[in-house]
Amino acid sequence: MEALFPNVDWLEIWQATLDTLSMLGGSMLFTVLLGLPLGVLLFLTGPRQMFEQKGLYALLSVIVNILRSVPFVILLIVMIPLTVLITGTSLGVAGAIPPLVVGATPFFARLVETALREVDRGIIEATQAMGATTRQIVLNALLPEALPGIVAAITVTAITLVSYTAMSGLIGGGGLGDLAVRYGYQRYQTDVMVVTVILLLVLVQVLQTVGDKLVVHFSRK
Amino acid sequence: MIDFHNVHKAYRVNGRDIAALQPSDLAIARGEVFGIIGHSGAGKSTLLRLINRLEEPSGGRIDVDGEDVTALDANGLRRFRQQVGMIFQHFNLLSSKTVADNIALPLKLAGELSSSAIEQRVAELLDRVGLNDHAKKYPAQLSGGQKQRVGIARALATKPKILLCDEATSALDPQTTASVLDLLAQINRELNLTIVLITHEMDVIRRVCDRVAVMDAGVIVEHGPVTEVFLHPKHPTTKRFVMEAEQIDENEQRDAFAHVSGRIVRLTFQGESTYAPLLGVVARETGVDYSILAGRIAHIKDTPYGQLTLALTGGDIDAALARFGASDVHLEVLR
Repeated sequence: MEALFPNVDWLEIWQATLDTLSMLGGSMLFTVLLGLPLGVLLFLTGPRQMFEQKGLYALLSVIVNILRSVPFVILLIVMIPLTVLITGTSLGVAGAIPPLVVGATPFFARLVETALREVDRGIIEATQAMGATTRQIVLNALLPEALPGIVAAITVTAITLVSYTAMSGLIGGGGLGDLAVRYGYQRYQTDVMVVTVILLLVLVQVLQTVGDKLVVHFSRK
Repeated sequence: MIDFHNVHKAYRVNGRDIAALQPSDLAIARGEVFGIIGHSGAGKSTLLRLINRLEEPSGGRIDVDGEDVTALDANGLRRFRQQVGMIFQHFNLLSSKTVADNIALPLKLAGELSSSAIEQRVAELLDRVGLNDHAKKYPAQLSGGQKQRVGIARALATKPKILLCDEATSALDPQTTASVLDLLAQINRELNLTIVLITHEMDVIRRVCDRVAVMDAGVIVEHGPVTEVFLHPKHPTTKRFVMEAEQIDENEQRDAFAHVSGRIVRLTFQGESTYAPLLGVVARETGVDYSILAGRIAHIKDTPYGQLTLALTGGDIDAALARFGASDVHLEVLR
C-alpha cells in the first residue's frame, strides 16, 4: 500500500468520502423534496393535462430551462451570496448543498414530468370516472404508477449529483472531488487522484445497481 | 333514467369547430341495457363520456334520474361519478396495485367505508366476478378476460346505478367476449343496473342489449328495440352493420335472386312464432312451392328469431302472401 500510494492519507480519504456521501445525501433529499412537487406541477399544467395553464407552464418551463442551461461551475460561484444567506457559510458540506440542490432540482423535476407523462392516460381517465379529486389522482394513481420512472429519475439525478459534488471542491466544498483537485491536480500527486476517482467510480456503480434493482422491484408490468 | 335534450359537442381543432356529436335527443330507461353502435369516429365514445362528463357538452342538457348533471359543480360531479361505474376497452387498471387494491380504490377515494368494510366489499365483488383466487395478483399476471372482470368489479364497488362500458370487449377474443357479456347481462338482471355500452360489433348488441342506437358521423341515425333495428334495419349504416354481423354479401344475394323465378319474399319470425310450422301449412293450403334462398335462426338476447328469404313458385301466390300476412310473421315482398 505504502509503495503504491505514497502520498495517500487514508484518514483524509475516509473523511472526504464521508463528506461526499453527506453532500450527496443532503442534496438528494432536498432535490426530491423540491423537485417532486415541481415535476408534478409541470406535468399537471402542461399541454392537454388536467390543469392545463399555458402561462404558468411557460413560466415554470423557462425558469427550469434557465437553471439547467447555467453550467454548474458558474452556478456554484453565482450562488455564493445566497448560500451564505441560507447556511451561514459557503464552505464545506453545508456550503455545497444549496448550489447542488439548485443545480439538480430543475433536472430532476423534468425527469419526474417525463415519468408522469409515461402513465397511461386511460388510468387517469378511469380514476377521474371514479370521482377522484386531482389531489387523489396524483397521490393514488399517478405517483404509484410512475414510481419505477421516478426511482430511475432519482438514480440518474444522484449520479449527476456525484459529479456535481466533485466540482464543488473548486469553491472549497470538500469531499473526494476537492481532494482530487487539491492533491492530484495542484500537487501532481497522481496516486491521490487515482484513489479518489476509483472511489467515485465505485459510488456511481453502487448507485446505479441499487437504482436498477429498485426499478425492477417496483415495476409490475 | 338518462335523458339527452338537444345535447351537442364540438371540439376546437386549429381554430375550427369539429362536431363530434350533432344535437341529439336520447332517452335511456332504468334497468335496460342500451347499446350504441358505430364505426370509429362516429361519436359514440363522446356520447358515452358526456354521461359522466369526462367530456363537457358544448350545449344541451343531460338529466340523470331527473337531475341536470351538466349543472353540477365540482363536488356534485364527484359524488355523481361515484354512482356511475365505467369499464374500458384497455381495462385501465393500475399496474402498481393488486387486484384487491384496484377494486378497493373507488371505495378508498369515496372515503365513506372503514377499511374492514372495504375488505368485505372487495371479497364480495371478487366472488361476483369469479376471481377469488386472484386477489393478491397484479394485473400483469392476468389474462384479458380476467382483467376486464377486475374492471367490472372495480366499477361496481361503489354500488352505482349506471354502468358505462367503453368498447369493453373489443380487446378480447370471441370466447372471452361471450363470457364477459354474460357477466354483464347477469349483473344487469340481478342488480337492476342500467348499462350503457358502446361497440362496433353488432354481435355484442345482439347478445346483451335491449335497445340500440346507431351512430354515424356524429348523428344518431336510428334507434329502437334491438329486435326491431336488427331484423328491420332502415338506415344504410344499420344495414351494413347487420350484414357484417350476419356475414351476408350483398352481391352474392343479388346473384342468388337472379337465378330463381317467381316472387321473392322475406319472412321474419320472432318469439313464439319462430317455432310455428307455418311454411308447410301455407304450402299445402295454397299449392305454392318454395325454395329457401337465405336464412338465419338465432337469438337476440332472450328472443328467438328466424329470418328466411324464399322464392315462391306455382299455386296461388297471392293467397299465400295473404296467409303469411295474416300470421304472426313479418312479411316483406322483395320482388
